[in-house]
Amino acid sequence: MQLNREQLLAAWRMMGTIRAFEDRVHAEFAAGGIPGFVHLYAGEEASAVGVCMNLDHRDKIASTHRGHGHCIAKGCDVPGMMAEIFGRASGLCGGKGGSMHIADLEKGMMGANGIVGGGPPLICGAALTAKTLKTGGVAVAFIGDGASNQGTTMESYNLAKAWMLPAIFVIEDNGYAESTASNWSVSGSQIKRAEGFGIPAVQVDGIDFFAIHDAAAEAVERARGGGGPSLIHVKLNRYHGHFEGDAQTYRAPGEIERLRRERDPLAHFRRRVTEAGLLEASQLDAIEAEVATAIETAVAAAKSAPMPPPPNLLTDVYVSY
Amino acid sequence: MAKKSFRQAINEALTQEMRRDPRVVLMGEDVAGGLGSPGEDDAWGGPMGVTKGLMPEFGRERVLDTPITESGFIGAAIGAAATGLRPVADLMFVDFMGVCFDQIFNQAAKFRYMFGGKAVTPVVIRTMFGAGFRAASQHSQCLYPLFTHIPGLKVVIPSSAYDAKGLMIQAIRDDDPVIFFEHKMLYDDMDEVPDEPYAIPFGEANLTREGDDVTVVALGRMVKLANEAADALRRDGVACTVIDPRTTSPMDTDSILESVGETGRLVVVDEAHPRCGMAADVAALVAQEAFRALKAPVRMVTPPHVPVPFSPALEDAYLPTAARIVEAVRGVMA
Amino acid sequence: MSDAIRPIGMPKWGLAMTEGKVNAWLVEEGAEIAQGDEILEIETSKITNVFESPVAGRLRRRVAAEGETLPVGALLGVVADGGVDEAAIDAFVAQYRQHAAEAGAAAAAPEPVLLPAEGWTVRALRLGPEAAGESGTGPATPVLMIHGFGGDLLNWQLNQPALAADRAVVAIDLPGHGGASKVLPGGGDIAALAGAVRGAMAALAIERAHLVGHSLGGAIALQLACDAPEAVASVTLVCSAGLGPEINTDYIEGFIAADRRREMKATVTALFADPSLISRDMVDDLLKYKRLDGVLPALRAIADAAFAGGRQAAMFTDRLAALPVPVQAIWGEADRIIPAAHATAIADARRHVLPDAGHMVHMERPEEVNRLIAAFVTAADG
Repeated sequence: MQLNREQLLAAWRMMGTIRAFEDRVHAEFAAGGIPGFVHLYAGEEASAVGVCMNLDHRDKIASTHRGHGHCIAKGCDVPGMMAEIFGRASGLCGGKGGSMHIADLEKGMMGANGIVGGGPPLICGAALTAKTLKTGGVAVAFIGDGASNQGTTMESYNLAKAWMLPAIFVIEDNGYAESTASNWSVSGSQIKRAEGFGIPAVQVDGIDFFAIHDAAAEAVERARGGGGPSLIHVKLNRYHGHFEGDAQTYRAPGEIERLRRERDPLAHFRRRVTEAGLLEASQLDAIEAEVATAIETAVAAAKSAPMPPPPNLLTDVYVSY
Repeated sequence: MAKKSFRQAINEALTQEMRRDPRVVLMGEDVAGGLGSPGEDDAWGGPMGVTKGLMPEFGRERVLDTPITESGFIGAAIGAAATGLRPVADLMFVDFMGVCFDQIFNQAAKFRYMFGGKAVTPVVIRTMFGAGFRAASQHSQCLYPLFTHIPGLKVVIPSSAYDAKGLMIQAIRDDDPVIFFEHKMLYDDMDEVPDEPYAIPFGEANLTREGDDVTVVALGRMVKLANEAADALRRDGVACTVIDPRTTSPMDTDSILESVGETGRLVVVDEAHPRCGMAADVAALVAQEAFRALKAPVRMVTPPHVPVPFSPALEDAYLPTAARIVEAVRGVMA
Repeated sequence: MSDAIRPIGMPKWGLAMTEGKVNAWLVEEGAEIAQGDEILEIETSKITNVFESPVAGRLRRRVAAEGETLPVGALLGVVADGGVDEAAIDAFVAQYRQHAAEAGAAAAAPEPVLLPAEGWTVRALRLGPEAAGESGTGPATPVLMIHGFGGDLLNWQLNQPALAADRAVVAIDLPGHGGASKVLPGGGDIAALAGAVRGAMAALAIERAHLVGHSLGGAIALQLACDAPEAVASVTLVCSAGLGPEINTDYIEGFIAADRRREMKATVTALFADPSLISRDMVDDLLKYKRLDGVLPALRAIADAAFAGGRQAAMFTDRLAALPVPVQAIWGEADRIIPAAHATAIADARRHVLPDAGHMVHMERPEEVNRLIAAFVTAADG
């Protein structure tokens, strides 16, 4: 599919926002300003953006513990996300969720998820809603290579196929489930697993925004047309640890530096669009600068925002009780 | 007024709500039955026939048979609820929570809080519970204390056909996740049940007997036994108030405390295991809030802290009986 | 002297009563009692009431013990002259018990029926002989009983059977009430409700009736008498609306708002002079009714139309003089919903304000209310 200039600029802005957001959270966490723990998405940007650029307001996504990128790509408010990560009252979830539970259902973002494999069944439900109410919507589950081994994931493949749901499973295989390599933990192949359920599946290179975008477009078209579920296996890389503070001793010496140098999705995108003459480098640079300013502003706002008042402890448990 | 069984009452509630609201869908293993098979369609209507007849009226688009995939379809029901449907999912036996509990207590129960009050998850999970069916350890448990323990869930345990219909309608109309417990030994119990739809609010206990001497709190099938015990005791001049909380979350603690304030004596009857169960919970409530009203120690009537046995001889010994309730009441009167 | 032995059986107070509990004997064994003397206090699941003796003579035997719960018709006591020996009374008790057991098994209570009326479905309970036919040679003109706001036909359970000895007595549920449909054909104002009741009379094939209306039902009866005097033989107003502007809006609003047992019990306390009459079942029944789909909007619509701004919207005091239908009023002196002073709109001779009774005077003082209604309708029949 051919993307126009506006779409390409939007993709760049979104990937850049995710990168800047994550790198800044990395720094702020190291500085001690962020409570709890965070899992960063830097290095995987092309997946979230390539998939979500095919979605609209009808569509839902379920994310993972590594959810910031999915949130941004699905349109969640970035300053609200930053404030949430800092635990502030102005956070997207009022400071009650934190990094691992950012959600905005109005935007079709059904939540980052602290439970590995928690999302796929939920996405079957969102797809069932779309099918039952005939909204034309599709539902996407982002699944790590670790979650791909959970029973919930394979139950969801089976259910989505049995009910012929407009569901898309995106395996984001960054090579590591925590510290354990996916080339050891995943038996067989992601593609053949899906094919075993009769689900069309394709593997794409996670640094290639365009390949991901096209694979997602085909899956979305199939889902909207009543053709049932699809699976996309994205091979990608994470730049940071499983969580912030992870010393990553399980990685090869120099592995991350080499990935940043040779396998960076943003660099890949820049090269593709400038070499093809689709965008000017100066345009990309200008957006980068705008994004940096926006993240700076979001961090400043988050740090100065008030903490949730103690009475909020007891609210939002039930609609009514 | 027409007498209807507990089973009919739930079927009627589901039927009326599905007619009223096209967003209500039913899903579960064999809720219709016979899907893809060469024989009868709507072959089962659930293993106990509770949902029989719904698929012919509402079609397979709204009465969804599932593979045996509790994590999958319970999660799907929750995801569907969070995105605009009002699903009723049938987790056949509550003992099967072991294979899907994450979706219930980490997902459904937490969405609203974690997402800062912006999520609404109107899912109902129907499930059978209770012993007396010679179904042994993995098909006879109560387990509602585990659900009651989780903030974000509502837990409903009807004890009569009238309550079953009104509580099910409330459960479907409720905007929070509701776990609806159906005691498998009550399905054939008859009661006067209005034809019209009605909703019983959660957190409103039912007083099935009134008396000044002893407060007896009981849930589910134990309400029947408590009533039998109260009637027997009344003939001997001991008057019991029997309180059926109907829902353990929310729980009508006011009715319990008010009654104990009047009687000064409490017996709690629970079919769940005694440790960290509802009986202990109610006893703790009264110890904390009404200690000075007590004229005697609180008594708990529960099974022993063992799994549910198979042999009829053992299962009968396991379950609380009206005689044991009578004995406990006499104990607090002594 | 007579050697007749007469039984006193457990009364049946209304459709739902199957048994009663003997709370207390109010007379000693051996006492001479007159018909109408208060002899027992009996508690049913719905209400506690004093039981007036249906017979006269010496109370020879208190068969039922205090605290005992017995089925309707069960032998409570035996009345006979002093000359009857104990052995004869023993034999009578034994024989009665056997007979009662056999009869009890065969008895079937009449059930209310649902009938389509114009724009709604009425629920009606008919007791007594069939109504007068065209020839006019049949039994007397029927009585139609109309309950008040939030009530239903069972509100007349202590009255309807007593009045049905010689005529048909039909109690109905108003639209939005009891087992009737919960739609209000034409709205919630008195005129619309009176129209609905006319529709119900047509559905019940009642051309002309003595109307007995309680509270809101009284105003409806007056409206009906004004609109169609040819269909109304007489009107008995019981603690009626329509005779003055005051009404206890706290009660009306409290009744609409109450969805919990404790709130409902506190609210309906205002209905009785003696709140101890309110039983758990009475409160449960009200809650069961209030939970039905459509009830709240119906009650709201009626309250908004009939009692807007805390005042009664429909007043009939100016039209009473011209009304070609006899009207009597019965009131509980301690009525806390509609003041008993409103009864003064009715002439002295037809005004009966009973002490120790509240808004539910027909439940608190049923025997007197029944006597007043029976005498009034008989007189009106000529």
